[in-house]
Amino acid sequence: MKVRFKLNHSEVNYEAHPGESLFEVLRRYGNYEVKGNNCRDGSCGACTVLLDGVPVPSCTILIGRVEGRDVETVKSLGDMDNLHPLQRAFLEKGAVQCGYCTPGILLVAKALLERNPNPSKEEIQEELSGNICRCTGYVQQIEAVERAAELLREENK
Amino acid sequence: MRAFRVVGQDIEKIDGRALVTGQPVFTDDFYLPGMLYGKVLRSPYAHAAIKDLDTSRAEALPGVKAVFSFKNVPRKAYTTAGQGYPEPSPYDAFVFDRKVRYVGDRVAAVFAESLEIAEEALSLIRVEYEELPAVFDPQEAMREGAPVIHDEPEIRGAYDPQRNIVSHVDLGVGDVDQALKGSDFTVDGTWETQYAQHCPLETHIAIAYLDEKGKLVIRSSTQVPFHCRRIISRLLDLPLSQIRVIKPRIGGGFGAKQEILIEDLVALATLKTRRPARLELTREEEFVSARTLHPMRVRVRVGANKDGKLTALDMEVLSNTGAYGTHGPTVFFNAGSKTLPLYNKAASVHFSGNVVYTNLPVAGAYRGYGAPEGYFALECAMDELARKMGMDPLVLRQKNHIRPHETSPIFQKLGEGREGVPQTVESCGLEECIERGKALFEWERKRSLPREIAPGIYHGYGMSIMMQGSAIPLVDMASATIKMNEDGSFLLLVGATDLGTGSDTILAQIAAEEIGVPVEKIAVYSSDTDFTPFDKGAYASSTTYLSGEAVKKAAQKVKNQILEFASLLFQTSNQLSLRDGFVEDLKTGRTISLEEIGYHSFYTEEQRQIQASASHVSDVSPPPFAAHFVEVEIDTRTGKITPIFYVAAVDCGLAINPELTRGQIIGSIVNGLGFALSEELRFNSRGIPLNPNWLDYKVLSSLDIPEIKVILVETHEPTGPFGAKSVAEVCINGPLPAVANAVYDALGIQLKKAPFTPERVLRLLGEL
Repeated sequence: MKVRFKLNHSEVNYEAHPGESLFEVLRRYGNYEVKGNNCRDGSCGACTVLLDGVPVPSCTILIGRVEGRDVETVKSLGDMDNLHPLQRAFLEKGAVQCGYCTPGILLVAKALLERNPNPSKEEIQEELSGNICRCTGYVQQIEAVERAAELLREENK
Repeated sequence: MRAFRVVGQDIEKIDGRALVTGQPVFTDDFYLPGMLYGKVLRSPYAHAAIKDLDTSRAEALPGVKAVFSFKNVPRKAYTTAGQGYPEPSPYDAFVFDRKVRYVGDRVAAVFAESLEIAEEALSLIRVEYEELPAVFDPQEAMREGAPVIHDEPEIRGAYDPQRNIVSHVDLGVGDVDQALKGSDFTVDGTWETQYAQHCPLETHIAIAYLDEKGKLVIRSSTQVPFHCRRIISRLLDLPLSQIRVIKPRIGGGFGAKQEILIEDLVALATLKTRRPARLELTREEEFVSARTLHPMRVRVRVGANKDGKLTALDMEVLSNTGAYGTHGPTVFFNAGSKTLPLYNKAASVHFSGNVVYTNLPVAGAYRGYGAPEGYFALECAMDELARKMGMDPLVLRQKNHIRPHETSPIFQKLGEGREGVPQTVESCGLEECIERGKALFEWERKRSLPREIAPGIYHGYGMSIMMQGSAIPLVDMASATIKMNEDGSFLLLVGATDLGTGSDTILAQIAAEEIGVPVEKIAVYSSDTDFTPFDKGAYASSTTYLSGEAVKKAAQKVKNQILEFASLLFQTSNQLSLRDGFVEDLKTGRTISLEEIGYHSFYTEEQRQIQASASHVSDVSPPPFAAHFVEVEIDTRTGKITPIFYVAAVDCGLAINPELTRGQIIGSIVNGLGFALSEELRFNSRGIPLNPNWLDYKVLSSLDIPEIKVILVETHEPTGPFGAKSVAEVCINGPLPAVANAVYDALGIQLKKAPFTPERVLRLLGEL
C-alpha cells in the first residue's frame, strides 16, 4: 500500500505493508533519527514521534493510521549548527549520555513545553515517565527541560 | 598545583550535538544492500540434550541463506567474556552445543533475506530434546547427585565442574572465629540479591560485512572491540589480521556488552554467504539470553569491641553464575576485594565462597561487578552492629574506615580470580565525604525526628559508605596515538570505548590540557581495531584512569616534539612553553602558532609528522570512595517504599568533567535504587522467565526518583591523569544497603532480600 503523510513538514509518499508499524516504515526509509526497535510494545519510548503534535511510540502505530497526518521526528527541532533550545539545554545540563533515548525524550519535552511553557518539576517528571533512560537517572534531563523552558520564555519575550 | 584550563571544566560532550539531533551514529543506523537478517532459535528447556536436529525444511524455505547449528559449526570451548588474555573465566561455552543449559540457550541460527523469513524458518527447525533434570538453586547445585550442568570433556578453568562449582576460595589473615569469640559485639547475617538485567536502551546488535579486499568487518555495539576481534579470530580460525571490529556509538552497556554474544553468528553468516549480515537481540532476548547481575547470598560476620573498633570481618559468598561461568570468578572475587579493604581496622579478615552453575540465565559483568552484592551485606551488617552497640552507625563507620596512606591485606590476597596486587591507598576523601554528606543531609537532626509522620506513614534515614577500584592493576593496558595536523589541530586515536559515559570527551580534555590547546582542537576517533591502538575496552572503571593516563603520556610526547620543532625553527636553546595554541620563547617573548608549526612541519623545513603513541598499565587500582544518605517514606498499609531525598558525596579524585561525573553518579544511584525497589527477573519452577519485558520488569522512571544531591569531594590521586580516579561504578554500591538501613530506621524490620517489594515489606510487618 501507499501511505502519504507529512514528515517534518514535508509531504512523503511511502510504500508499506499494512501490518507494518510507523516505526518500521520510517526506519526502512532511512529516518534513523527514530531510535529503538527492541521493546515493540511502547514501553521504552525510544521511538517516540509526534503525531499531530502528540507524542506516541511509533512502534505502536500501524502505518495505515498516519495517512494524511503530521509526523515529527527530532529532525523537526534543530540541526547541528542550529540547535533548538531543548537540545542546547540537554547538552548544557549533561542530560545526554548514550543518547539512544534522547530523540524520543526531546519530542516529549517539546510537546509539553508547547502546551505548558512553564511546567513544574512534577509535571516534567510525569511527562517524561513513559521514556526509559538507563544512563542518566533522569535528574539532569528534568533540569534540562526546566532550563529549556527558561530559554524559550526568554526567546519569546 | 597548576591551574587547569580544560580539565575540571564542564566541556560539552563532543558527540553531544550528533546525539541530540538524532544523527545515524548507532550500529543499526546503517544499511547495506543485500543485508541478511538473523534470528536465533532458543531452548525452551532449562536443561536438555539435543538428540537430533533437522534444519532441512528451514534451509529449503525461499529467502533463507544460512542455517547454523552444532551440525555445521566446529565445536571449540571458549568464554564469551571480553577480558584480558588469558581470561580468568572458564572455557565452558560453545558457539553451538548438543546440550542446552537454560531456557533461552542457543540452539540454532538462521540468516535470511528478511526478519520475517528468518522467524518463519526458526519454526521449521525440528529439534528432538531429551529433557534432563535441572537445578535452579545454587546450594542445591553443589549437592551430591545434583545434575551436572557442564559434563563436557573440553571444559577448563572451572574449579570442580562435577559439583557445578566454577570457583572456590577460602583465604584471609588472622583467625576470624577466634577473634569473633573474643569480641564484645558480633553480627552474623545473610543477605541476598536477585536476578537483575542491565537494560541498555539499545540491545545487543552487530552487523558484519566484507570490505572491498575481502576483510571481515564487524560493526558491533560492544564494550570490548579488541577482545571481540581476538575471540572471533580464535573461534572461527580466521587470522586476526582478517578481522576489523568497529564500535560506533553505543546505546548503553553497563557491562552487558563486555561479552561476545552475537558477533560470532554474524561473522559466520557473512563468511558463508559473502553478504552483509545483521543480528539484533529483542528485548526479551536481552533479558533472558544476554547477561545479568550475579544473584548472590552473602553471609557477613563482623565483630567489634566496646571502643567501637572492628575486630573481625568475614564474608562468605554463594554466587549463582547461571548456566555459564563468564565473569563468574572475577565478579565473586570483587565482592570481597572491593568491600573488605574499606574496613581495614579489623585485624582478622576472611573471605570464602563458591561460584556455582545453575540452569538459569547467565550472569556476567554488571556495573559494580560484585561489589553491590558485597556492600548490601556488609553495610547492613555494619548498621546492625551499630544498633547492638548503641552507637550511631555513621560513627561506627568513621571509627573503622580506611584512611589515606593505609592499606589492607585484601588488596594483595584477592585479585582478578587470582592473587591481587598489594597497594597503599594514597588519595582518600572518605572522611570528608561522610562529614559533608552528613551536613547536607542533616543526618543528626533528621534522626532525632519522630519516624511516624502520619498514621501508617513512616520516614526513615539510612546511609552507607563504599569504594571501588580504578582499572585492573598489572593486567589491563590502554594506549593512545595523537597526530598533529597542519592547521594546529590534533587527531586523538584511542581504542577506549565510549559507551555513552562521555569518555571520548574526557580523553579529549586530557589531551588538550596536556598539549596546551583548547579542546576544540582535538578530534577523537575511538574504538576501531584497524585504526586505533589497543585498549582493553570499557570495563573495570578504567577509561578515565587508565586510558586517560595513556592519552596524557602521548600528549606529553607530542608536546615535547612540538617544542623541539619550535626550537629548530627559532634556532634557540631558550626554554619554550606551549599554551593556548601558541609556543612562546620565554626569554625573548617571541611566539609562533601551532598552525605555523604545522605547516612548516608538513611542507617546508625539517619536515616530519608530529605524532606519538603511548601505552599505560597501572600497578595500583586506586579506589574512589563515597558516602550515601537516603530518606525513605514507607506506607505501612501498602508496603511501598518511596525514596524521597538522596545525598551522595563522592571522592573520584579530580573530576575531569564535573557535569559528566555527576551524570555517572546519579545514573548509578538510580540503577542501584532499581535493585533496591523493584528490579527482579523471576522464573517459574521450570526455569522459564516470567517477566522479560519492561512492562513486568520494572526499571525506575522519572516519577520514581528521589531528589538527588551530589557533592564532589576533590582529592588528588598521584597515579591518575591530573589527579583523577574512576567514577562510573562506585555509586551503584550504595542504594541497596542505604535503603535497607533507612527502612530499618523507620520500622525496625530488616530487609535481607532484594528487591524490597511491597510484598516483602508487608510480610516482615506481619501483614501478609
